Amino acid sequence: MDLYEYQGRDLFDRHGLPVLAGGVATTPEEARAIAERLGGRVVVKAQVKVGGRGKAGGVKLADNPEESVARATDILGMDIKGHTVHKVMITVTADIEEEYYFSYLLDRANRTFLCIASVAGGMEIEQVAEEAPDKVAKVAIDANVGVDEAKAREIVAQAGFPADVADQVADIAVKLWKTFVSEDATLVEVNPLAKVKGGQVLCLDAKVTFDANADFRHPEHEELVDQASIDPLEQRAKEKDLNYVKLDGEVGIIGNGAGLVMSTLDVVAYAGEAVGGVKPANFLDIGGGASAAVMANGLEIVLSDPSVKSVFVNVFGGITACDEVANGIVQALALLDQRGEKVTKPLVVRLDGNNAEAGRAILDGAANPLVERVDTMDGAAKRAAELAAAGV
Amino acid sequence: MAIWLTKDSKVIVQGITGSEGSKHTRRMLVAGTHVVGGVNPRKAGQQVVFEDLNGGTALPVFATVADAMKETGADVSVIFVPPAFAKAAVIEAIDAEIPLAVVITEGIPVHDTAAFWAYNVSKGQKTRIVGPNCPGIASPGASNAGIIPADISGAGRIGLVSKSGTLTYQLMYELRDIGFSTCVGIGGDPVIGTTHIDALAAFQEDPDTDAIVMIGEIGGDAEERAAEFIKANVTKPVVGYIAGFTAPPGKTMGHAGAIISGSAGTADAKKVALEAAGVKVGKTPSETARLMRELMS
Repeated sequence: MDLYEYQGRDLFDRHGLPVLAGGVATTPEEARAIAERLGGRVVVKAQVKVGGRGKAGGVKLADNPEESVARATDILGMDIKGHTVHKVMITVTADIEEEYYFSYLLDRANRTFLCIASVAGGMEIEQVAEEAPDKVAKVAIDANVGVDEAKAREIVAQAGFPADVADQVADIAVKLWKTFVSEDATLVEVNPLAKVKGGQVLCLDAKVTFDANADFRHPEHEELVDQASIDPLEQRAKEKDLNYVKLDGEVGIIGNGAGLVMSTLDVVAYAGEAVGGVKPANFLDIGGGASAAVMANGLEIVLSDPSVKSVFVNVFGGITACDEVANGIVQALALLDQRGEKVTKPLVVRLDGNNAEAGRAILDGAANPLVERVDTMDGAAKRAAELAAAGV
Repeated sequence: MAIWLTKDSKVIVQGITGSEGSKHTRRMLVAGTHVVGGVNPRKAGQQVVFEDLNGGTALPVFATVADAMKETGADVSVIFVPPAFAKAAVIEAIDAEIPLAVVITEGIPVHDTAAFWAYNVSKGQKTRIVGPNCPGIASPGASNAGIIPADISGAGRIGLVSKSGTLTYQLMYELRDIGFSTCVGIGGDPVIGTTHIDALAAFQEDPDTDAIVMIGEIGGDAEERAAEFIKANVTKPVVGYIAGFTAPPGKTMGHAGAIISGSAGTADAKKVALEAAGVKVGKTPSETARLMRELMS
């Protein structure tokens, strides 16, 4: 999960990192109240999980509470690269003298963590990294040692932080590492880390990504989830413990195993090219050893997506037994029928592997006119794409 | 012969008394794997009986991996311990210096995996870690360490390495008439113990492997690095498959590591890199199987 900047700012604050005083507003009136509380000149920043908001006009100064209402009115509701602004963060202003960059992140290739730091921070950091890579220090961090005072000094020296800020940056480096580890983050990024008038170093932005696998030891992270931004189908799938991602096509996809489902999306997209460009409508992995009930839950969610015109169930039974999958399909269709939600969308089913013969026999026996059995993955994808194209 | 797992491998199971651990211990026994015991400190000294083709096998439960190795001569551990306890289990296996630890567990926090990997490196990498979040290793007809169904394919001369379990099964099924020396599921997490490159190097050296199937997916740059390795070091023919061409950026597609970040980790980039290294890349799993079939005929 990626945090909004204001959530990252709060998190940094809790971990003792130096941030600007501020608050978050969803209406211009709330913005006024925060600006009044803070006093003086404030900055109003769009809260979106995408870069480049400054260039898009999502960051504005306001000299008094009245102006902060006007700026919040401008920014709230704005579209920044496809993201609608629902919240603005108001902070006091900082008189920036120098902008630096500092982050910790997971380095997949080297199977360790990495610190990236530069004294040439700010909006152009990516350009700096490309054109003058020597200005960007990359320091590997041993996961079992972490960042202590000595390691922090090494980072400060490698990145070439000026002597007058070295102590402050080293202190921030240690605290930021503690934040990174104790919160199970895969990224904490501060850009800019700034030296302001008077010599203090502050974290002026906060980009934080949490590891979803660590959710079990961070129940408090649940509160940071932006419920409004979650697709309702994804939310329902999550409640049923299903691994579902909404996409924008017409062929509903259900399969077992992340790799096979990703592959199914691709094969359907290729088949769709021949019939007017129909595409997969979702990713849904029912996982290994899925029962009939899991299959039924999955089918219910995919069928409830109004953009779905046909469904492709693609199962290779490794641990999963194909007869269970077939029973799940038959039961789900009967269940939906009983509820009066008559299923009208065609299903194409491909079953192979563990108990495939039994599974196919169950489907053939049920003889539901909506269910079509195809023996190969490529053939079934083609048929599902054709049916979706005919239903559009 | 095969790589890493042979008929002589002696396997223990960490988490043998849990539901997944016991289910798959039974399946491994039925597949003919030489399972010699399990580890659970709270049930040390007990015996667990598994119904298999021999009418039942009683396996001893030990307190630690080190005890199990001392008593049974085990050289492989398959780990089914839940995510919250997986780091401790792997570190125990590393401390015991077991040559091969196969981590099946899905959902381990990446800070924990990075920690046990760093620990393994600091101890001189005496343990080969496979996974986490993987289906394990199968050397058909010889041994099976993990959850790969043993009845999909028999022994043969293709080596397979894959980030994905079900795509491994799919390719094994399509090529079952030719058969496999060893199939290695390396797992779909962002940090893993054994990489495509490790498996490619071992298959290149294995006299019983003639050709290699390599399956990748979106996220990271492991496939690009594998392509460079193939170009420089692999003379045996390699056929590749990459999943996730239609995956949108910024969305995790099932596997924790399967995510396109910005423009990094796309399927296209991986395909281009592999083809530049002379690897034939199939558009679908079936086409990939066809490409391998042509090579082997």
